[in-house]
Amino acid sequence: MSEDGKLKRPEQRISRRQILAECLRGAGVLVMGGALGSLVTRGHADNTVWQIDPSKCVQCGKCATDCVLNPSAVKCVHQYRVCGYCELCFGYFVDQRANDEERAENQRCPTNAIRRTFVEDPYFQYDIDELKCIGCGICVKGCKTFGNGSLVLQVRHDRCLNCNECNIAQNCPANAFVRVPAQTPYLLRTEQEEGPGAKQ
Amino acid sequence: MGVALAAENFPPPEFTTGYQFPKATEPGPRDASLSLVDAAVLLTALSLAAYFALRRRSRRELAILSVFCLLYLGFYRHGCVCAVGSFQNVALAVADPGYVLPVVVGAFFVLPLLFALFFGRVFCSAVCPLGQAQEVVLLRAVKVPRWVDQALGVLPFLYLGVAVLYAALGSAFVVCRYDPFVLFFRLGGNLEMLIFGVAVLLLATVVGRPYCRFLCPYGALLRLIAPFARWRVRTTPTECVNCHLCADACPYGAIQPPNVTDARIGRLEGRSRLAWLVAAFPLILAAGGFLGWQSAPVLAKLDPTISLANRVWLEEHGRVKGKTEASEAFATQGTPSADLYREAAKIRKRFDGGSLLLGVWVGLVIVLRMISLSVRRRREAYQVDPGACVACGRCFSACPVGRSVIAEAEGASISALTPGEEGR
Repeated sequence: MSEDGKLKRPEQRISRRQILAECLRGAGVLVMGGALGSLVTRGHADNTVWQIDPSKCVQCGKCATDCVLNPSAVKCVHQYRVCGYCELCFGYFVDQRANDEERAENQRCPTNAIRRTFVEDPYFQYDIDELKCIGCGICVKGCKTFGNGSLVLQVRHDRCLNCNECNIAQNCPANAFVRVPAQTPYLLRTEQEEGPGAKQ
Repeated sequence: MGVALAAENFPPPEFTTGYQFPKATEPGPRDASLSLVDAAVLLTALSLAAYFALRRRSRRELAILSVFCLLYLGFYRHGCVCAVGSFQNVALAVADPGYVLPVVVGAFFVLPLLFALFFGRVFCSAVCPLGQAQEVVLLRAVKVPRWVDQALGVLPFLYLGVAVLYAALGSAFVVCRYDPFVLFFRLGGNLEMLIFGVAVLLLATVVGRPYCRFLCPYGALLRLIAPFARWRVRTTPTECVNCHLCADACPYGAIQPPNVTDARIGRLEGRSRLAWLVAAFPLILAAGGFLGWQSAPVLAKLDPTISLANRVWLEEHGRVKGKTEASEAFATQGTPSADLYREAAKIRKRFDGGSLLLGVWVGLVIVLRMISLSVRRRREAYQVDPGACVACGRCFSACPVGRSVIAEAEGASISALTPGEEGR
């Protein structure tokens, strides 16, 4: 059917109409391209990505269940600089652990994603195994309530799809999901006093 | 302020063994080049769809492409970024200078429209994963009466207006929230989504593409542009013999029968109706604007800030007992409620203007639809309605003229139209 395009159409119109249509099409292309170009390049601001503002987060647990990914793109992140390196960490242990024993059933994390290693007496380092972490925020709540708040939930951008509208953001009761510049995609406190991500 | 809401109960220790603080890990966003891959896939798929639908005229090749797009854009990319929802990002970018439109989202918005300007709705044909999801479940299409088709056909435009309003005011991306199929692509979602998605799929088994025809707001944009397409899907490669087989094969009511016989009678009647409509045009727009402005309080209730402010106000004045999850979270954050009220009032004011514009838009859509119904175009043969045609390709093999042309051209590179792939 290679000659298909050359066949006369039964409904072919007069040429004036065709010229007008060509002009309209050209204008359409120009308008769409121009408008889009100006929107995309407007300002020198960078693209934005989704992030959780830890100061607003209430650890409701929706990050674990409402992300379009399973497991969620939200993970717990440890800000070591803020941590007190406690021996009795309430992000790691439940509040009233039986007999002060360091057994597995006394641990908070449902997936055993927190690793506890001895540093020096009496300090322990806590690391998050992100492969196991589901972003439920249980440890974050424990740390925030009793400790320094060094554990926070953050959208991990190596996983996040950066959807048109974030599905967790829709359902976040605390409005803690914000769009942040893609160049500084984390709201972490990296330095002792205030890091670049410590919130404007 | 900031992260340190919890007081530093335990100051970081001073280690004696030379311990170095590890750094908090910050993996970067998905590589920008990967998102360009998505745009490249979209561009390629659109080009192929146009080639298959207009040049090859092959439903089988379209079907193969549509399965690929359903798997890649739907299941692999989880339906995100999606062209159907992208207009909301564009609306937000227009209204909010602080929001920058990502290049990929811009590409997903504009590429299908550009293709529609030249080749018709080839995006719907084999690329859009939402369309393909309905296409594969269609068992036997029931003909929707023309008047129902025309009446429900207004809905996408109204939905478009509502979605633009909420997106531009930063309240919500309504189209993403009520997307019927994204739940299947992601294998997760809430109950309402599931009920809606299953209902649409069930309906889609007997009614051709109900979401595309009666709800899809992006389809409304394509429908507006497609009639200006440079090259269009044509049922018959040569002369139409008025056999009605193509119209029977089309599950979307996109092929209109000839109307030479009744055109003369209908014309006069239509003309007086047209005159009335044109005369009433400004009045209907004004009425629409007024009604829209009146409905602003109702529309604004969907905004999360406003609904939270309402709730907090009710709680503070003892009108309701208990707290919702959101008001509880608000209380924990410790922001004074006066700030919240001020913010809500600001958004509420913007809703007044936005709702007025929405009302005018609704009036405009209804009047234009009635005008288009009153204008009669003379059709001497069966004609494809370019706005409604989604280039599925069912009519190609249904057309007896097309088949004889192919029989003559046997030996040329036509692998299409074997008996097995005739239109359902």
